[in-house]
Amino acid sequence: MKFITRILRPEQVRELVTLFLIVIIVLGFGTLLKDYYTGRTFVRVSTSIAIIAVVAMAQTLVAITRNIDLSLGAIVGFCAFFLGVQLSYHHEIGPVPAALIAIAVGTAMGMINGLIIAYGRVPAIITTIGTMAIYRTAIVLYSAPEGGIVSAHRLPMWARQFASWSIFKVGDLDFRVMVGIAIAVVILIQLMLTYLPYGRRLYAIGSNPEAARIAGFPAQRIVFIAYLIGGALAGLGGYLFLLQYGNLMVLAGVGLEFDAVAAAVVGGVNIFGGTGTAIGAFLGATLIGTLDYSLRRWPAISEFWRNAILGLLILLAVATDSAIMARLRSIWARAAAARTAEMAEAKARSMPQA
Amino acid sequence: MLSTRLASLRRMQFLRSWEAILFVLFLITLFYNSARAPAYLTVENQINVFYLYAEKIIVALIMTFIIINGEIDLSVSSVMGLAAGILGRMIELGYPGELALAAALITGLLCGLWNGLWIAYGRLSSLIVTLAGMIMFRGLVWVLVEDRSITTFPDWINNMGQRPILGPFPLSLLIFFFLLVIAYIVLQHSAFGRYVYVIGNNREVARFSGVKVEAVKLVLFIASGLISALAGVLYTARLGAMRASTAEGFELEIITMVLLGGVNIFGGSGTLLGVLLSILLILNLRNGMSLSNITLQQQTGVIGALLIFSVLVPNLANRVRAELNRRRFARLAAERAALAERKEVKAETK
Repeated sequence: MKFITRILRPEQVRELVTLFLIVIIVLGFGTLLKDYYTGRTFVRVSTSIAIIAVVAMAQTLVAITRNIDLSLGAIVGFCAFFLGVQLSYHHEIGPVPAALIAIAVGTAMGMINGLIIAYGRVPAIITTIGTMAIYRTAIVLYSAPEGGIVSAHRLPMWARQFASWSIFKVGDLDFRVMVGIAIAVVILIQLMLTYLPYGRRLYAIGSNPEAARIAGFPAQRIVFIAYLIGGALAGLGGYLFLLQYGNLMVLAGVGLEFDAVAAAVVGGVNIFGGTGTAIGAFLGATLIGTLDYSLRRWPAISEFWRNAILGLLILLAVATDSAIMARLRSIWARAAAARTAEMAEAKARSMPQA
Repeated sequence: MLSTRLASLRRMQFLRSWEAILFVLFLITLFYNSARAPAYLTVENQINVFYLYAEKIIVALIMTFIIINGEIDLSVSSVMGLAAGILGRMIELGYPGELALAAALITGLLCGLWNGLWIAYGRLSSLIVTLAGMIMFRGLVWVLVEDRSITTFPDWINNMGQRPILGPFPLSLLIFFFLLVIAYIVLQHSAFGRYVYVIGNNREVARFSGVKVEAVKLVLFIASGLISALAGVLYTARLGAMRASTAEGFELEIITMVLLGGVNIFGGSGTLLGVLLSILLILNLRNGMSLSNITLQQQTGVIGALLIFSVLVPNLANRVRAELNRRRFARLAAERAALAERKEVKAETK
């Protein structure tokens, strides 16, 4: 126990539990389903996680500051549409400029959210319910001249093939570019949260806004920037969304914000701010994605069970979290106190007697 | 003399309240609509305006209680769908309609119980519990009816939703008015209503003053489940059909109605009058926009913007007022300092 408390933090224990659950699911379904351990399973699961993971990063950032963003799905949808329409008329746009366009549009939309929430002091849930409706309307208006759809056959060649580009292959395992982008984003956000002063301040604001204010943190600016980055990530999510599906309808991305909340929460991000990690949210997305795919493949139950089980999973994750995490933290705090006491004693003993 | 001044002051306060702003906006939309379409202000048309949104405004009543209590219920639309699913599936399987109706309502009650137990006794955040509920109950509807649509309802159920049963009023509107009266009495004139506010203001203080916090929350969520199920049944009866996606996404408009009515999202304040005015405003606004051929989706966008502005504008106005006050005080202080200095100079020259 002593050893564990020294090398791990409670959050890391939480992440290990999520990882353990993923392994159990994979092993369990591996025995249930034929041909489960194949490259096809890996490609399907990993690409379906990629988009959710990127959007879940945005949700994680704002959730850590005790806020929420319900407009993420609409931002993803709008960015995908905007880029889709642009690409169908301008085939000369390459993959990187296209990504920058989507990210720029997403950032602008996140900026609107951030301005209203941080500087207008409108509660995040009200603002993002409102902007969700507005951005969805924007999609409909913007895509109306196109008949409300983007179709894959009008996109440039690279955009049609992007989803099947792979970084490397190990035997059957095909590691796609989309997945690489998602993992890079997760690592970047995790590094930012852990090592940048800005990242640490997000936690400070989320765990105690009043104390953060008194300590002189520019809370408004920090929350504003969180929404800005969140918007940029949603823009990137829109880019991946377009390239993954190619054909878009006006309902593109509906419900993605709830999937992102679900992934973050299952991964241990507290919706009331102050705790959570990017890795955790990514593991949450992986757990949900794996379960989702496996349930679809499982012939014993109808594919429609997916959501019923997902809802239960979210609830159980939060319930066990609230029951166990507090206890874990107190064990850790006691261990830390014991350690300092021990150190003080050792110091006293090593001092020469006067 | 004093009493009349106080009365006028109170009137002034009402004029500056959010309810008054809603009322003025409502009158504007009403006059605009009736100027555009002379038949607008007829009883039939007004009933029709309400009729199309009857289920949402019924659920908005209980949502008012829940948000004042400092919680939120995102699962209402899924409970509506699940109740509709139970009703449809049982009728499809040949059970009598009455039994199916009862089963649908009991299902709603159980959904509310499920949410309420986790929230009240598990002390989990209602945002997450009802989000999970929203996903889970919707999942169960998909399990029940898969991707078919059910249209084989007995005549009496279809009539319940589609025919006026008392004078020109259809059942759903009668239920709305009935629940409105009950909700008003309970929320604004009963001990239970006071508890709802007190808990919304501060859960811990409420507990120390002897309010049974858990029981109140449980009752609210059970009521929410039951009323949502009732609304789901009425919706199915009105359409005469149900699918697994029945009532999907309704929670957002219901919550918008409540928040636009001036109910604080963090709990503790808000009135039923405000919510009623906001319902009137939204219905009139939507109808007016329909008269101008603005699509449903665009109407939703406008209402989303209205929701944001309803909080943003008072916030900004308060800040401007505070800034003006600060400047006035600074000016006064400067004048006073200048005066004191002059006095000092005078005293020195003496």
